[in-house]
Amino acid sequence: MAHILLRHREIPRINEIDIYEKNGGFKAFKQAVKNMEPTEVTAVVKDSSLRGRGGAGFPTGMKWSFIDNNSWPHYVVANADESEPGAFKDRELIESNPFQFLEGMAISSYAVGANIAYIYIRGEFWELTATLDEKIAEMEKLGYLGNKLFGSDYSLKIYTHLGAGAYICGEETALLESLEGKRGLPRVRPPFPPSFGLYGKPTVVNNVETFANVPLIIDKGADWFKSIGTPDSAGVKIFSLSGRIRKPGNYELPFGTTFRELIYEHGGGIIEGRPVKAIMAAGASSSMILVDDKVLDTPIDYASVRKLGADLGSASVIVIDDTVSIDWVINKTLNFFEHESCGKCTPCREGTYWMQHLSQSIHAGNKRKQDVDLLYNVAKQMQNKCLCALGEFATMAVVTGIERFPQDFNLEVRE
Amino acid sequence: MLAEKYPEEVKQILGRYPPEQKRSAVMPLLFMAQREEGFVNKEAKHEIASMLDISETEVASIIGFYTLYHAKKEGKYRFQVCNDLPCALRGADKFLEGLCDKLGVQVGETTNDGFVTIETVMCLAACDKVPMFQTQSPNGIKYYENMTIDKTMELIEVLKMADKEVK
Repeated sequence: MAHILLRHREIPRINEIDIYEKNGGFKAFKQAVKNMEPTEVTAVVKDSSLRGRGGAGFPTGMKWSFIDNNSWPHYVVANADESEPGAFKDRELIESNPFQFLEGMAISSYAVGANIAYIYIRGEFWELTATLDEKIAEMEKLGYLGNKLFGSDYSLKIYTHLGAGAYICGEETALLESLEGKRGLPRVRPPFPPSFGLYGKPTVVNNVETFANVPLIIDKGADWFKSIGTPDSAGVKIFSLSGRIRKPGNYELPFGTTFRELIYEHGGGIIEGRPVKAIMAAGASSSMILVDDKVLDTPIDYASVRKLGADLGSASVIVIDDTVSIDWVINKTLNFFEHESCGKCTPCREGTYWMQHLSQSIHAGNKRKQDVDLLYNVAKQMQNKCLCALGEFATMAVVTGIERFPQDFNLEVRE
Repeated sequence: MLAEKYPEEVKQILGRYPPEQKRSAVMPLLFMAQREEGFVNKEAKHEIASMLDISETEVASIIGFYTLYHAKKEGKYRFQVCNDLPCALRGADKFLEGLCDKLGVQVGETTNDGFVTIETVMCLAACDKVPMFQTQSPNGIKYYENMTIDKTMELIEVLKMADKEVK
């Protein structure tokens, strides 16, 4: 099947505006602005069952329909703060198929009545942002952005805003705080951004990959989109495949593809032909999936991965083979979360610190049962006690790693 | 002074946000300030605070919160090596150790000539192109992927030569 999102794989220069135009580019945006009511656009996206690709999997059209029409102005913000260890899909999209993402953003802005949209992009994507600014300028020049678009009364400006190295700003309310010029600390929710977002105004925040789906949904219709993937998860997903794999990279596949196909057919199998020991399907925030044949034959969609005691998240699939000890993996994830905790909630700030120190000592060879028990205990105490998901994410690999790989912690295998 | 040196750009940055929300410009302005010496000096901190009607303490808290802002001078080029989980599964720690040995520094230290500081960073979204790092310098941020120690040492020489030419 030809790619839907990574279309540059078939159309190499689709990052140039004339090539994008020649391949149907901006047709959907023009169609929406000229011939559709904003609510109709939202209805099509709702009907398509598109779910947010940033990790939470929230229905996109439903999010747009929550926008508060009693409060103005409205904003649209693209979350391009891609920072989950193991995630590198948005980067490829922005680099190689930028206009499809930008068009999706523009359609979304029209649907929710936003005249200003921001792309919050991680500071490390410095060079990429310079290119993106050029692409936005090209769209302005050709009349796809600016005042009174396509002869209508609708106007839209898109601006980029560089982050500066903070994973927490991928959390949408922390992102909005950061965009407001503050430290990126998550807000208490509710209220959610569609009623209280940027500058306290109704705001839709969506991931880059989510937006990239939108032009084709408007162009080809909700039924076309639903015909791809599974009933639970419509469409395709870009899987960022990394770790002990022969051919790491981004693979765009329909939901419902099995782990076996992803790892062996697309990823070329494991380095040196070793067996897969564990899969982290949602990057460092994942639960550790203990791999057997049943797991490998599981179709990947949100519901099926949940049945394996894990979450799909942003589909950043880190593959771990039998040369790797899980206590080391946990230590690596905790180095990350200890560094990235914003410090707002005490359980996360203190918990990630102590977990990191405990796991360091455990990994250094001090695998005393009481230390492992304490680590497990701290993780359990953190759960459900933090304002945002980071505190929760930090405990996932710890709890499931100890439960599912006790031998790696010198614990007796629990039946 | 940033407003004197880059008047057009400052205006353009402020223009991206609603006039009553100019505080949003703090992040782009801090990046601008780092163009001079690779860190935000006292004068810039003062200027940004007064430009945006916020306190210097607030500006300092933002510098402290985000890892790409720096409050003090280090090497001209910060080599920020990713050794997060996906990179580490593909040999990043070994690369980092080898690079440190070759340069005679430890992580966090700067070479004697003040040119290179070695730092580790969290995931840079390049997990399929390991070993990799970014350089951060007054010129901005640049990615280097699928690297080796030899290629990195060559890069350092090239950067040094370019630096001499500019001087």
